Amino acid sequence: MCVFVQKAAVDRVLSAFRSICGEDCVSLGEAVREQHGKDESVHKCRPPDVVVFPRCVEEVSSLAKVCHDHNLPIIPFGTGTGLEGGVGAVKGGVCFSLRNMEQILDLHQEDFDVTVEPGVTRKTLNAYLRDTGLWFPVDPGADASLCGMAATSASGTNAVRYGTMRENVMNLEVVLSNGTVIHTAGKGRRPRKTSAGYNLTNLFVGSEGTLGIITKTTLRLYGIPESMVSAVCSFPSVQAAVDSTVQILQAGVPVARIEFLDDVMIDACNKFSSLSYPVTPTLFLEFHGSERSLEEQVATAEEITQSNEGSDFQWAQDAETRNRLWKARHDAWYAAQALRPGCKAYSTDVCVPLSRLPQIIVETKKDLLESRLTGPIAGHVGDGNFHCLMVVDPNDPDELHRVHLFTERLAR
Amino acid sequence: MRVIDYAVKIRVKPDNSGVVTDGVKHSMNPFCEIAVEEAVKLKEKKLVKEVVAVSCGPQQSQETIRTALAMGADRGIHVEVSGKDYESLGPLQVSKIMAALAKKEEAQLIILGKQAIDDDCNQTGQMTAALLDWPQGTFASEVSLDGDNVKVVREIDGGLETIRINTPAVLTADLRLNTPRYATLPNIMKAKKKKIANVKPADLGVDLTSRLEVLRVDEPPQRLAGMKVETVEDLVAKLKDAGRV
Repeated sequence: MCVFVQKAAVDRVLSAFRSICGEDCVSLGEAVREQHGKDESVHKCRPPDVVVFPRCVEEVSSLAKVCHDHNLPIIPFGTGTGLEGGVGAVKGGVCFSLRNMEQILDLHQEDFDVTVEPGVTRKTLNAYLRDTGLWFPVDPGADASLCGMAATSASGTNAVRYGTMRENVMNLEVVLSNGTVIHTAGKGRRPRKTSAGYNLTNLFVGSEGTLGIITKTTLRLYGIPESMVSAVCSFPSVQAAVDSTVQILQAGVPVARIEFLDDVMIDACNKFSSLSYPVTPTLFLEFHGSERSLEEQVATAEEITQSNEGSDFQWAQDAETRNRLWKARHDAWYAAQALRPGCKAYSTDVCVPLSRLPQIIVETKKDLLESRLTGPIAGHVGDGNFHCLMVVDPNDPDELHRVHLFTERLAR
Repeated sequence: MRVIDYAVKIRVKPDNSGVVTDGVKHSMNPFCEIAVEEAVKLKEKKLVKEVVAVSCGPQQSQETIRTALAMGADRGIHVEVSGKDYESLGPLQVSKIMAALAKKEEAQLIILGKQAIDDDCNQTGQMTAALLDWPQGTFASEVSLDGDNVKVVREIDGGLETIRINTPAVLTADLRLNTPRYATLPNIMKAKKKKIANVKPADLGVDLTSRLEVLRVDEPPQRLAGMKVETVEDLVAKLKDAGRV
């Protein structure tokens, strides 16, 4: 009943949409709608009724007003690289694909900030900034839209040193459901810190597109580190790996990335990327800084890992080797799926105090064995955060059911 | 050299005389970045003593030279060419300038990008070598300097070709030669203090007259919408109609 009423509403608004953003920017094509109804996750495609491609914030605002007047759901769409099914139009509606708004505005080099529109991805921004000595370090793996990263409060491997989107978004321009355009920290403002007013910016960061459409985000930039060193170290047990992490952090080493992969994950990565790491719990680390500070950081870290029975401490400084090391970790998503061809991966995201991490991971692995599930584990141990990537056969309802129960237990 | 940044969407000027450059982001030509990186690497390996970055163009070319200095070049030379001369500046003129500078500076190696991404000529390196009567190693994907000669692995259509040439020589950098480093803030600061000398083409005895005239610049033709057909017979019929079969 509701869907039928909505279909009629969509037909009425089509001409309004076309007059706002032009014929070319309104699409009813099945392929286009399907493309905008799914992301990189295992969740089923839920296509919207129509996709619009606004070119500026004024168009977004006018389109939103029309949707509001006709009670149509709005789904903002950046790059569709999410892993949680956030873009599925579960009640149909209008998908606002923001890829035509792709300007990089207002770079202030001395103030370390820049403003970007939703069509700008993090790799595009960093390529643009390459001559300035600045970069934006939040890296959730995918080459995602920066405004999308703000909406989902993206984190990533660099969070242990540089923070997540919560700490690095200074201002947002948002179009609310009725078309009103607001600036969460004031128009054009980019103070590095403030105690004035409610923290609206952080209300919207992480709101997953449920409170408004983000059309601009002002980001905090950092200096590109003079040098980087990446290292890999294997451990006889999960406990040893996590203990090393805790001690490295306690020693005050400003480690930039510290990632944990369990034996199943390492095995998958070895197979997928043709590597030959020992198949045991492993830590991937990265240090940023000047040449001298790097020597100190690496020496301290090596000492700590050795005292925890860590072995094979390999490290690399040149860009090509470092990229290869990290590609293995970033490709974990695909490596996990490759373990069982034809299956899809269902990502889980758990965060606990560091001290509880070894116990949680050990219990999780036991549960996986008992439930006969494949679930390689990779995680940002520096933040006590890990992902258990459930590899499931989408056509096996029993397995899907087991995965569901497992994730419920995991969340508790 | 300074070109429109590779990520920018190029637009043709309404009068079809060229592309829009006003207000558009410019950066160092990507192949030149690779050339600078290779030169800096040679210096780090202590195989060369000094790296000099050269660019021909208007005032803004100095920014490009500063980026090269931030990557590790020791000093820069800005050959000032602006206005109409800059619009008609092409490989012939640049190679004459490079040849003159190479003689003046007593250079042992000239490393350039294989081609510029705005004109795609792929001629400057070759012309420079010819003017100087030096050997050339173009499309280099690997360079090994060994005393008074250079081993160059070149990317060619059939695969890879390895040659050994004597110095002084001209090399042009191809994509896989190396991965250029990012300029870091401390290095950008240091670069501000490095010297950039200012030179005019006339001082080098170079005549900038171009023998080429650009008649017009057009965008590639717009892609027409496709058509869906239900059967193979339909497809063949439509192809015949369009005169393709």
